[in-house]
Amino acid sequence: MSEVPGLDTVIAANDTPHIPQPYAELGMAKDEYERVREILDRRPTASELAIYSVMWSEHCSYKSSKVHLSQFGEKAPDNDALLVGMGENAGVVDVGDGRAVTFKIESHNSPSFVEPHQGAATGVGGIVRDILTMGARPVAVMDALRFGPLEADDTKRVLPGVVSGISFYGNCLGLPNIGGEIGFGAGYLGNPLVNALCVGVMRHEDIKLAQAPGPGNKVVLFGSSTGPDGIGGASVLASANFDEESHTKRPSVQVGDPFMEKLLIECSLELYAKDMVVGIQDLGAAGISCATTELAAGGTGGMNVQLDKVPLRDHRLTPEEILMSESQERMMAIVEPAKMADFLAICDKWGVLADEIGEVTDVTPEEAERGGRLVMTWHGETIVDMPPRTASDEGPVYRRPYARPESQDALQADDAAKLPRPQGDPELREQLLRVLGSPGVGDPTWITQQYDSYVRGDTVVSTPHDSGMIRISDDSDRGVALATDGHGRFTRLDPYAGTRLAYAEAYRNVSVTGARPLAVTNCLNFGSPEDPGVMWQFAESTRGLADACQQLGTPVTGGNVSFYNQTGDVPINPTPVIGVLGVIDDVNRRLRSGFDSEGSRVFLLGETRPEFSGSAWADVIHEHLGGLPPKVDLAAEAALGEVLATAAERGLAAAAHDLSDGGLGVALAESALRGGKGLRVELDGDAFTELFSESGARAIVAVEPGQEEEFVALAGEHGVPVTQIGTVGGDSLTVTHPGGVVEIALTDLRTSYEAAIPAVMNGV
Amino acid sequence: MTARVGVVTFPGSLDDKDAARAVSLAGAEPVPLWHADADLKGVDAVVLPGGFSYGDYLRCGAIARFAPLMSELVPAARSGALPVLGICNGFQILCESHLLPGALTRNSSLRFVNRDQVLRMENTSTAWTNAYDEGQEILVVLKSGEGGYVADEATLDRLEAEGRVIARYVGANPNGSRRDIAGVANEHGNVVGLMPHPEHAVEALTGPSTEGLGFFTSILSHLASGTPAQV
Repeated sequence: MSEVPGLDTVIAANDTPHIPQPYAELGMAKDEYERVREILDRRPTASELAIYSVMWSEHCSYKSSKVHLSQFGEKAPDNDALLVGMGENAGVVDVGDGRAVTFKIESHNSPSFVEPHQGAATGVGGIVRDILTMGARPVAVMDALRFGPLEADDTKRVLPGVVSGISFYGNCLGLPNIGGEIGFGAGYLGNPLVNALCVGVMRHEDIKLAQAPGPGNKVVLFGSSTGPDGIGGASVLASANFDEESHTKRPSVQVGDPFMEKLLIECSLELYAKDMVVGIQDLGAAGISCATTELAAGGTGGMNVQLDKVPLRDHRLTPEEILMSESQERMMAIVEPAKMADFLAICDKWGVLADEIGEVTDVTPEEAERGGRLVMTWHGETIVDMPPRTASDEGPVYRRPYARPESQDALQADDAAKLPRPQGDPELREQLLRVLGSPGVGDPTWITQQYDSYVRGDTVVSTPHDSGMIRISDDSDRGVALATDGHGRFTRLDPYAGTRLAYAEAYRNVSVTGARPLAVTNCLNFGSPEDPGVMWQFAESTRGLADACQQLGTPVTGGNVSFYNQTGDVPINPTPVIGVLGVIDDVNRRLRSGFDSEGSRVFLLGETRPEFSGSAWADVIHEHLGGLPPKVDLAAEAALGEVLATAAERGLAAAAHDLSDGGLGVALAESALRGGKGLRVELDGDAFTELFSESGARAIVAVEPGQEEEFVALAGEHGVPVTQIGTVGGDSLTVTHPGGVVEIALTDLRTSYEAAIPAVMNGV
Repeated sequence: MTARVGVVTFPGSLDDKDAARAVSLAGAEPVPLWHADADLKGVDAVVLPGGFSYGDYLRCGAIARFAPLMSELVPAARSGALPVLGICNGFQILCESHLLPGALTRNSSLRFVNRDQVLRMENTSTAWTNAYDEGQEILVVLKSGEGGYVADEATLDRLEAEGRVIARYVGANPNGSRRDIAGVANEHGNVVGLMPHPEHAVEALTGPSTEGLGFFTSILSHLASGTPAQV
């Protein structure tokens, strides 16, 4: 028996091979548990069971999604810019001048529903640490948010909480929030989506990887101490060992301390700059279990950890709880013994707690063959002795059954073309204002003005423009642009096409600010993978993204899958959120979406088809979802992108805005409002189709008088349809069409555009 | 000789890089100062930048006040000798240090607010505002959660009477500040606290205007003139 009461050791595991273990309560399937027993050739200790249960969870192991995600690698386009691909904490791309950028988007959906403020705050904290771990200085964040209907009671709890959490955490870190998106829909009421993106900048030689090479090197835990927050299943293990009275209810949502994270950022960057670490990993999901197994697996395969040396906030924590704790603001570094004193001095300077908890060990060829050897002790007794690679890399892989739901045919047959259309100019005007003022289309300022967009002084473009753009350093004119887009309605109608449309929109949003798209990240938000219909959506969606990235030469660099977003049996509309990163050589050439130069000509690029299914118009005016989404033409998107980037480069465009939700009518209104100038527009075709269709691969551009010919020629060179549709000026949006004229004063546009969110949220 | 302007980094300072950039653009040399060193490195003036020093624990600026560096800074500033500009969190630190009267409280909306903000310059004779014309309106950035300036009525009356309100918000009051006050000076005019961020309005590319640069060119003119600061 162990010296420590209740401690489950390797000796005990050998002595008591048949005691029942709570694997099912920890979310493990029986065959998964059996596999652990096979790997270890005995029953796991409670600590080992804790490690395998979290590392083999859907969240950490991607066991249901892996077989589909592998397409991103298999279909990856040749792209010299990719320096680090999928599998690390975040992908890294070369942006020129010896500099590299790392970026990733990640979900924090369920925690944000349970406790909106802390859930969203720690979502920001987690993705920022992923970026920091790659060796980069985090320089900006973005958020893609989806909520239930604006008026719903629970949205009044969730939305302000999520926004205050992002505001609180991101602002305290000194990271500008440069964009993202906000959407509303019934399915998100019980499943809000909180997807946080971070981007970081570094020099090529500064890239850090999660690995632990060099036997004798020290394993150092630094940052916050470990507490009982964020422990999900560990309490099950604990109650198997202790009487239930000794454990109080503990929060399963982590609590964030952005001040500690800010210190951790500055401390880590100084450690990197002084070459103090040979390997590094942040502690996110699965905490120490994940960091130790992944670092060991990425290095010699061997590591000894004295788990009792982990500094605790609560001395009553058991080894299993320490292994599973998701306390925030912690990092693990591998440090050469000779550098330990300097390492600790830097941590001390920043007031960051640092403790040596173990060391890297050598492994025998036999041990290497088995997957390495990770040994953990608790006050001298061995509680873990396992091959780490079996937990980190060799988790279960499921080929979940999937099938196109029978209801899909009826859904697709229910085309929006049959919906009643506005009759006459007054109704056109009224419907345009309603779409413009709807929560998902209207002004997000109530939300975004709670975020600091200026800090660090490198924000070149930010909300409400089409992408966020950052100057990568004071001494360079180079910049990166980022946009995220997701379209639950289109993806519900056709997961393959809808995902490609989301990708196309993000691609277009980057192009329209003058940057050239380079690489992709994604956050795939879906219902339960155990539902074959959902799994079909997932399979179609990943296939769509992989094909799109292959076609346009933008590799997927990493991302995140969030399953089980459903209320009862009803899944959310599948919502893959696609992040596209682009590069611009000279940020002084960037384009914004406000048309503010009086007398400029307004051009429409691209082709408009009668496409209304899944549109904002069908949703807002008719609460209708059915039919097939707009046609996807990626070649047209690429050509449009090239015209926009070249026009920016040559100074041929004064401003530009992409066409997406709401179509041309909404885009014109937004460009007018943001520029503070009216627009006089003449349309040749059917006014309703021209104003409300959501055909892809389109943008509007303001061109200074005298440059029209060159601009038109440029569009022609790339085969992009181009039409001069109007002029900037006046104080209203005036649309003349074959059937009449629609005129809306800027003040009326503004009133509709700005009203929705403040009307509900002020005073909540 | 180029003026040397110190920019203090406390744990949790965020806009220190931006303040240093603004100092450079104005033509002075920014000198990084570390909160834990009781050493002003012989600088000619100091900027206390924005951010969340010490995580804003206890009260904004309350812990920063006790930093070793402040033991050097406070007497020099109080005597009128050392010009100090506190921006946002820096303003909060100046109030907590009793170098300026009053306090900054939670915005009346109870939410953080980030917006482009017009200010009217009211006192243009201080060490940090002499580049402006009295009554001039400038567009800078306001971004803060605890930006509401408060003081008792007698103090507010005295500040107004002595011309120590250096800038006010124009248009709708963004945070509940008493009498729309955006910034105040001490009785010598060497210490100025300002809630909005002039250092984010120094480049056309990244700011809403370049009209914040005047705070930083002001200190250069002031130092070059060699005369003591005045209100």
